[in-house]
Amino acid sequence: MAVIEVADLRKSYKDREVLTGVSFTVEEGEIFGLVGPNGAGKTTTVECVEGLRRRDGGTVRVLGLDPQHDRAELARRVGVQLQQSQLQEHIRVREALDLYASFYEHPRDPHELLRQWGLQDRADAEFRKLSGGQQQRLFIALALIGDPQVVFLDELTSGLDPQARRDAWDLVRQIRDQGVTIVLVSHFMEEVTALCDRAAVLDGGRIVACGTPQELVAQAGAESSLSFQSEVPLDLGAIADLPGVTRVTQDGPTVTVTGSDSIVDEVTGHLARNRQVVTRLRVQQSGLDDAYIALTTGGHQ
Amino acid sequence: MNALPKLTATEARLFLREPAAWFFTVIFPTLLLVILGSIPGFRKPSAQLGGLSTIASYAPILVVFTLTMLAMNGVAPVLTGYRERGVLRRMSASPVPAWMLLGALTVLYLAVAAVSLTLVVVIGRLAFGVVLPKQPLGLLLVFLLGAASLFAVGLLIASLAPSAKVGNAVGTALFFPLMFFSGLWVPRAEMPSVLRHIGDFVPSGAATQAVQDTWQGHWPHAGDLATMAVFAIVVGTAAARSFRWE
Repeated sequence: MAVIEVADLRKSYKDREVLTGVSFTVEEGEIFGLVGPNGAGKTTTVECVEGLRRRDGGTVRVLGLDPQHDRAELARRVGVQLQQSQLQEHIRVREALDLYASFYEHPRDPHELLRQWGLQDRADAEFRKLSGGQQQRLFIALALIGDPQVVFLDELTSGLDPQARRDAWDLVRQIRDQGVTIVLVSHFMEEVTALCDRAAVLDGGRIVACGTPQELVAQAGAESSLSFQSEVPLDLGAIADLPGVTRVTQDGPTVTVTGSDSIVDEVTGHLARNRQVVTRLRVQQSGLDDAYIALTTGGHQ
Repeated sequence: MNALPKLTATEARLFLREPAAWFFTVIFPTLLLVILGSIPGFRKPSAQLGGLSTIASYAPILVVFTLTMLAMNGVAPVLTGYRERGVLRRMSASPVPAWMLLGALTVLYLAVAAVSLTLVVVIGRLAFGVVLPKQPLGLLLVFLLGAASLFAVGLLIASLAPSAKVGNAVGTALFFPLMFFSGLWVPRAEMPSVLRHIGDFVPSGAATQAVQDTWQGHWPHAGDLATMAVFAIVVGTAAARSFRWE
């Protein structure tokens, strides 16, 4: 069942068209990524979906509700972590959670969230005294305090160190395992690969690709490459004729073969059949980073 | 839903964590009263002040001082700061609308002003023989209307200020002329009539006169009430219309 349905979403700021027809669906219980370069419209898209911004056109349904007309009901059922927002300087961690808990009819236990997000030692610290990572974790806890069915996390792990980032990923999976649907805005490909079931790549105000991380890599047609050295001359023409190979180059003793993902098997199989011994074999497989560059304007620059 | 009491209690705790905030609104007016009251001449009736003692003519000014301080150094900078930090936006994403935070601050500031007023009345009476307000109902009305007019000005600053820095600066800068017209430096009774008449059309000036009148047992002048009402309604509406949540 689709929890979020967005069709032809449009939004302009003054004369600048920020979203030019964005469509995607998010299924119940999945972690859905929204990725793209800065200024692609990621945050505007989620804010229209959350009901924080009015759209200019298109339809949006979240849990069957229209964020523009049923905003109050929607706010009770979704959790939101905003990019770049802060709390009152002097508010303490525990106070913030207790306060937001009072906004919901069936809130989660603030103490449990404090513990889960590693904030119990900072429960009596004022917001201004928290580190960037602690502020971030507090905002995630606030997004979950209302026991939401859908959670929007905008740049979840910005400001977290690598260990804290991995811990956060584990917790996001835990949230999902409790049946919560998650929309994750990120420009960090490793995060999308690690966490998301599916992702949409947004660029210039529209979706340029959508699918599982593997599908995005395939769709981008990003290339893999294989390089090796050989003491004896090789028949490079035969290698170039192998299926999937697009390019073969030689630089001194080093031969580099470029092509689709399948060339690794093709080339190594060919060398083995011809009993050709090569050294310093290196494989560079395309990943989501390459796919991302290929799919967005970054690839044309 | 117990959001409003919870928000008010939380904002009250935050207020108490800012020493400058409670010192200048709760302690300072009474401190000024004590300092002025300890000068023997200020406790005697003065012909220039229409038979009132200096201390009795200052008590209403101190009441308005608190309201003006809360409006200029409370409403204006706190709201622009909350907007700039995204506090209002974060609340907008919850089931409780962000205007509830404005409601909580209003309740809090009225309570702070009421405490400050009570201190001035009680200390003035016990220590310096200032009579108790003779028209308490009228005083309550003027207190609320004065608060509404001054808070409206603070809200307008918050609506128009592009940043917390500007909101803070404009609030602080406006505090001085507002207090001038209430007679903090030169009591209204001793002002040249031109300045006093200008003061009649300034919310702090009208509020001071009206507090003075009710304190002495008179019903406030319609003109003073009108000045406050016009500011509360016209400025308040303009502020509400132009207020930005982000």
